[in-house]
Amino acid sequence: MLCARSAPAVLFAVMLFTASVCHGASEQFKGKIYNPGKLRAVESGSKLKIGMTAPDFTLPAVSGGTVSLREFRGKNNVVLSFVPAAWTPVCSDQWPGYNIVRGLFAEHNAVLLGITVDNIPTLYAWTREMGDLWFPVLSDFWPHGAVAKKYGVLRSGGVAERALFVIDKKGKIRYIDVHDINSRPSLEVLIKELEKLDK
Amino acid sequence: MKNTKALYIFAVLVCLALFPQAVLSGVSTPARGDHFPDIVLSVPESPADNAYLGLNEKNTFSLSDIKTDILIVEVFSMYCPYCQREAPLINDLFEIINKRSDIRDKVKIIGIGAGNSPFEVNVFRKQYNIPFPLVPDQSFAVHKAVGEVRTPYFFVLKKKSDGSNLITYSQVGSIRDPNQFLALILNEAVLK
Repeated sequence: MLCARSAPAVLFAVMLFTASVCHGASEQFKGKIYNPGKLRAVESGSKLKIGMTAPDFTLPAVSGGTVSLREFRGKNNVVLSFVPAAWTPVCSDQWPGYNIVRGLFAEHNAVLLGITVDNIPTLYAWTREMGDLWFPVLSDFWPHGAVAKKYGVLRSGGVAERALFVIDKKGKIRYIDVHDINSRPSLEVLIKELEKLDK
Repeated sequence: MKNTKALYIFAVLVCLALFPQAVLSGVSTPARGDHFPDIVLSVPESPADNAYLGLNEKNTFSLSDIKTDILIVEVFSMYCPYCQREAPLINDLFEIINKRSDIRDKVKIIGIGAGNSPFEVNVFRKQYNIPFPLVPDQSFAVHKAVGEVRTPYFFVLKKKSDGSNLITYSQVGSIRDPNQFLALILNEAVLK
C-alpha cells in the first residue's frame, strides 16, 4: 500500500534528480559552479513581440563605462543574451561558445550584449574564467533586474530568464527566444536569425 | 501511521537528492584497465576524416571500427574555455604523430563534442583548424556513458585482438607537452 501510494512521488524524485545537467562541465570551472538543479523551464511572460521597438536601456559594463541600446540604432544589429546567473552550469557553458564566433556576428553586422542581474565584481570574476570576451557584459544589478523586467524576462526569484532578443538596425525586435532555463539555446538557430537581417 | 509514511517518503527523497547523479544512473567514469564502452557515433561528413579513421561508408560507426592500434579520445565542448585553449596543443600532438611514419597508422585521435550539435562541432573545427575528426554528441549520450567527465578529458585506448578497447591511460585537463604526452601514452600502451 505504502509503495503504491508513494510510487508517483518516488518516480517524480527519480526523474527530477536524474534529469541530467551536463552543462558547465569545463575543467575551467571545476569546483566553482553552484548547481541549482533542474528549475521550472520558463517563469515569466514577455509582453514584447516581434516587430515592436526594443525598449532602450543603459547599463554599466564589466569593462567600465556604460552601454546603451540606442548607441547601435542605425549602425548595428544587436543580440541581447540574458542569462540567469553567474557561476551556474548552463550560463557558464553559453558565453564561452559565443566568444569564439565573433566572426559570425561580424558577418551579419551584429553586436552581442551579455546581460545578467549579477553585480559587476561577480561578473568580473566569472567572465575572467571564460578568457577575454569580445562582447560587452552588462550588469542589470541595480535597480535590480530593471532591464530584465522591461523585457519581461525577470523571474520570481530575481534572476533573468535565459533569453535571446535579436534587434535590427532600426531598433525593431526580430526574434525572441525565452528559452528553457535548463538548457542552452541553439547557436545554429541564432545564426540563422542573423542571416535574415539586413547588414 | 500517516506521519510514518510521510517520513518514509521524505527520507527517500532526501536520499535521492544526496546521491551523486552518476551513481543514480549507474555510470562511473571508466579508468585505466577498464574496457571503454563501444559507443556508436555518426560517420563524419568529411571523406578525409573517414579515410583517416579507416571507416567504410555507413551512417554510424563504433570505436572498434576505427583502424588503429591506439586511439586517443578527447571529450570536448566548443563552449568549454579550457578546450578552446587546449586545441592548438592537440593539433600539435596530431602533427607530431603524423610526422612519425612508425606510428602514424597506429595512433589516431578523435574528438567527441559533448552536447555539441554538428554545427557547433564545425564551428570549433574551423575556429581552431582541427585536422583530426570531430564528431558531435548532441544528446550527451556518450558523455553520460563515460560518467559525465569534465572537459577536456582524454582517454587512450588500446585495441585488443577481440576488437574491444582497453583504457591504458586517462586524464582530465591539459596534456601540457604533446611530445611528453605521446611518450607517456606509448609507454603505457607498450607501443614504443
